[in-house]
Amino acid sequence: MDPLLEVTDLSKRFGGLRAIQNVGFPVPAGAIFAVIGPNGAGKTTLFNLIAGSLRPDAGSIHFAGERIDGLAPDAVCRRGIGRTFQIVRPFPALTVEENVVIGALLHAHNVETARSAAGEVLRRLDLYEKRHQPASSLTLPDRKRLEVARALATRPKLLLLDETMAGLRPTETDRMVATLRELNRSGLTILLIEHVMRAVMALASHILVLHHGATIAQGSPREVVRDPAVLSSYLGAEAL
Amino acid sequence: MTRKLLDGVPRRGVVALATVLAVLLAAPLFANDYLLTVLILILYFAYAGQAWNVMFGFAGQLSLGHALFVGLGAYVSAALYVHFGVAPWIGLGAAIAIAAACGASIGFLAFRFGVAGVYFAILTIACAEFARIGFDHWSWLGGSAGFFLPVANYARNDLWNLRGSPAMFYYVMLGLTVVALIACRVLSQSRVGYYWRAIREDEQAARTLGIDTFRYKMYAATISAGMTSVAGVFLAFYYNNLFPEQVFHILRSIELIVAPIIGGAGTLIGPIVGAVLLTGLAESLREALDLLGLDVPGAKQVFYGVCLLVVVTLVPGGVWPPLARALRLTTRHGS
Repeated sequence: MDPLLEVTDLSKRFGGLRAIQNVGFPVPAGAIFAVIGPNGAGKTTLFNLIAGSLRPDAGSIHFAGERIDGLAPDAVCRRGIGRTFQIVRPFPALTVEENVVIGALLHAHNVETARSAAGEVLRRLDLYEKRHQPASSLTLPDRKRLEVARALATRPKLLLLDETMAGLRPTETDRMVATLRELNRSGLTILLIEHVMRAVMALASHILVLHHGATIAQGSPREVVRDPAVLSSYLGAEAL
Repeated sequence: MTRKLLDGVPRRGVVALATVLAVLLAAPLFANDYLLTVLILILYFAYAGQAWNVMFGFAGQLSLGHALFVGLGAYVSAALYVHFGVAPWIGLGAAIAIAAACGASIGFLAFRFGVAGVYFAILTIACAEFARIGFDHWSWLGGSAGFFLPVANYARNDLWNLRGSPAMFYYVMLGLTVVALIACRVLSQSRVGYYWRAIREDEQAARTLGIDTFRYKMYAATISAGMTSVAGVFLAFYYNNLFPEQVFHILRSIELIVAPIIGGAGTLIGPIVGAVLLTGLAESLREALDLLGLDVPGAKQVFYGVCLLVVVTLVPGGVWPPLARALRLTTRHGS
């Protein structure tokens, strides 16, 4: 079966800096695929390339059989890719519900249907009780959940999560892991950038390790954490 | 329809709205011409503020050149009336079309080529200034010497040609303000309204939710420009004289935006509350100074300045949101 997302020989430079060099990987439909690596490895750049916020200098990105590199972010979203941001960006002055309604409007004929779709997503993410609060009043974990909810409301086939666990306490991380696992079980393919190895190991079926913009390892979690290059550049020997 | 419009508005809010509307409808019965003139001015600023609010309050695009659309509306309808005998209600259609096209062109230039924020504001000022200088030299429309409509005969109200008494103009302006309020309510509850708020809050995030932000910003620029031009049509037929130096001047643009900012940009009632506060209090101030026998030139401008200063430091979101909370008039959805 063709992968849902296929990244091939992707490269991106910022002036003299090679942010992404010849990175390629397939994300099979239904997988939870993690991208890890030290700060500055190019993970968020990779996300921005996939989500259409940046244009690659070389290489290609195919999604569900269609080439999507170079498309605008809204066009990428309409094709079925949702994303969250590393630094959360819910619409602060709007209520929790309005935030999600805006996502749901993509596939809803009117605001009423969008509101009921948003209600379902909010229940799933445990935010329904807070739906009338302004997004700015939420705690960080709730804001992160809201971003996931908002992206989910666009009914993506693939969800890009940029450090959703960062800044969360272990109990909150476990809660998010459980939520993501459940979403994945219902058919959603997830590509995540994560530093919290506890979450990565709990979730990912496949891991890609970036360092200085290049792939240094990829494979199953078990293989990757034993890879000497990964140990020396990212995890450190104590990870074992 | 009415139920949908009032969805989420508490009963107190509906009663308050109905009471205010009833008082305004009855106002010409007890108000003298002077008070009526003040009320007309309040409604004019409430209407124009509402129109500007679509662009900035809803969609987050700061225009500091909205006098351009007031002026276009005024000149188009007045020229059609004076030169071709076209009634203002027909001229209104042409005025809206021309102003909307102009708003769309400015929007296209800005949004297609990434002119945003302060630079967008400067672009709008520049366009209004171009118009001011252009109309100043356009002799067919009177140039800098001004363009005049035949002065109204107060003996008879001619609604079709907008010639008549202050009471007639008052009801016209009240009607326009009510229609603008309803239109903005419908817009803000629709897909367009949601998308505008998303763009206002965070355009990048809005795009990742599949919103074609260019298209929705274009809607805002076009609708806001078209709506604003209607205020210009009223202005022309109410004052009967137009000078480019006055109608297109940047001070006119600033005057338009003070009421919605003080009242609460992005809210529906804010522009109206702002207009009542500003124009009402400024006129009262003038009256008070007159009574005291003081002649203070520029008192109104100083008053505007002080109001702005107080609002931006104490209630940056405008007077209406905290006022609505205090009176328990907020909607369920917080708007």
